[in-house]
Amino acid sequence: MPGSSPGMTAEAVATRRASANTGAALWPLPPLLILAGVFFYPLSLILHQALHGDFGPTTFHYFSVVFGTAMFANALAHTIEIAAAASAGCIVLGFVVALILSFVPFPGSKLLARMIDTVIALPTFLVALAFTFIYGSAGVINMSFIHLFGFQNGPIDFLYSPWGVILAEITVYTPFVMRPLLAAFSLIDIAQIEVASSLGARPWRIIRQIIFPAALPALLAGGSLCLLLTVNEFGIVLFIGAKGVITLPLMVYDKAIQEFDYTTGCAIAVVNIVLSLALYTLYRFVLAHFGGRRAGVV
Amino acid sequence: MAVEATTLTGADAETTAAAAPAVGAASGIDFEGVSVAYKGTVVLSDLTLAINPGEIVAVIGPSGSGKTTALRAVAGFVRPSAGRVKIGGRDITDLPPYARDIGMVVQNYALFPHMRVDENVAFGLRARRTADALVKERVAECLRMVGMQSYTKRYPRELSGGQQQRVAIARALAIHPRVLLLDEPLSALDAQIRRNMLDELARLHRALPHLTVLYVTHDQTEALTLADRIAIMRDGKLVSYGPSQALYRRPPNRFTAEFLGRANLLTVTVEGRALGSYARARYGETELLVQEHPSLGAGSKCLLCIRPHEVLLSPPQGPCNTLRGIVQSTVWQGDQHHIALDAAGTTLRLISAPMHEPPRAGTVLDVHFHASHGVLIPHDEA
Repeated sequence: MPGSSPGMTAEAVATRRASANTGAALWPLPPLLILAGVFFYPLSLILHQALHGDFGPTTFHYFSVVFGTAMFANALAHTIEIAAAASAGCIVLGFVVALILSFVPFPGSKLLARMIDTVIALPTFLVALAFTFIYGSAGVINMSFIHLFGFQNGPIDFLYSPWGVILAEITVYTPFVMRPLLAAFSLIDIAQIEVASSLGARPWRIIRQIIFPAALPALLAGGSLCLLLTVNEFGIVLFIGAKGVITLPLMVYDKAIQEFDYTTGCAIAVVNIVLSLALYTLYRFVLAHFGGRRAGVV
Repeated sequence: MAVEATTLTGADAETTAAAAPAVGAASGIDFEGVSVAYKGTVVLSDLTLAINPGEIVAVIGPSGSGKTTALRAVAGFVRPSAGRVKIGGRDITDLPPYARDIGMVVQNYALFPHMRVDENVAFGLRARRTADALVKERVAECLRMVGMQSYTKRYPRELSGGQQQRVAIARALAIHPRVLLLDEPLSALDAQIRRNMLDELARLHRALPHLTVLYVTHDQTEALTLADRIAIMRDGKLVSYGPSQALYRRPPNRFTAEFLGRANLLTVTVEGRALGSYARARYGETELLVQEHPSLGAGSKCLLCIRPHEVLLSPPQGPCNTLRGIVQSTVWQGDQHHIALDAAGTTLRLISAPMHEPPRAGTVLDVHFHASHGVLIPHDEA
């Protein structure tokens, strides 16, 4: 028998195989234990708190209380609106900027493309802070207007509205769309664009019919990632402190940390998690439908 | 793996062409002193070349010779730093590529991967806002022309290399281009398919005799098989241009002799004129009778070009020359024997039909060539 010594009995071989199988089966255990400890256990605690409150029976009472409040409806609407608007902005801006960097090169364009990774590495609240310095009521622009033209108040006041949050999120998350797009654009065969042009296609048709379809999986991947990140964005919303703009993550913070109402905070957190998972499922579905599997991003 | 499409028969192509509307008015291509430079480096220098309407002109040369740059200047992908490019007498130098009415086929086919075969072929027509009914008709016609009518709903990835190239040709022809630019269109194909595609391109041009074709290749066989005329380039400059057979038979310079086919080049001295259009030349101790060269008079030191297949083991009819040499090597290549001789210090190669008993290395051998096959080439030219 190959792999066994001549003197070995059939039982001994079977025993050795069984122990080898047991050893192989144990390999996934350590990572599963770690995952359970740091991820599933805290999640289960949140779910337990949302369903039981402090030592109560299992009930959806806390969810129905949360769903019944105008504040929750407002936060849910704001969360979805801001995330959708910011993601759409990221997709449009990311596509245009990546297109320019890839196909209309200018001095320094390569350096600029490389710097995108740097923006991804920065904490999100830094942009909110920078926006405050630039567009805030005492920011550079408003103070310039006041000093130069004698304005009583600065004319720029969008920062403390949902638009301020959306703009800050677009600034932070656009690189997440650009990075996969730049990679996708670099894979497009320039000969295809040249041949299309020789056949009579003008630039807009080439973008629409050649570049866009080739970049669609990357665009969807980047856009969906933006959607997930903006749904759960906390730092920017908190830092800008826009009037009347409350989102689900901010509401969790308010309830759990400010008001010590852990049960309500956990119920909202569960809704936030479900919303994120639903978006993630949608992302996988859309990506598979539009050829993401072929592009290797699913 | 996709199966190779049925080869298009000449009759099919000609019938299709007869039924097809005529491809746009015949248009020649004129390069008038065209130069192209990238970041100060001149890659194409003062190219002047006239291509007649309906001609196939092959531009050949080694890598970096500027042949593709010349094609790209016609396509509008590079802007000449000097000179003008004209198609059908119209100056197109400043026109964008989409306004030039050209069809283009490139080495890697550049089919649009997300479009089916029929959508690829229809692309140019749709870009020109052609009516749907006409698009459908023309797409079917072009796919029939290249023998791909059974593959309309396939994606490019579902086709073999040869099939993809056929679709690329159909796509280029669909718009009735004034000129067809072929940039090394066969170099990605294997040898067998390449030979078939060469035949098909030749048949296609017979079916579309008004189509002017600029064919860039580094393969001399493709150029000799297809082209009416050949332009040979080196270091961004046109080295020679003329009818294919004339360039092959009477190469005007050393580079042409060596690049277009194989050549034996012997250094000789012209001794004077002989009867007819012949001249007397001396190679070592041997006096030779060769074709006269108008600019090479008595006393000129020059090169004598003899093609390997013109060097014979037995004397031909008519005026002929004999050279004695020692066999260095004999190589059998199936349908040919390649023999290398040392003839007074220069290697002389000959190609013969397969022999039962080829000469062995070290054998002293007399070889012959007809006087009309000895071509003088000025020594000092490129």
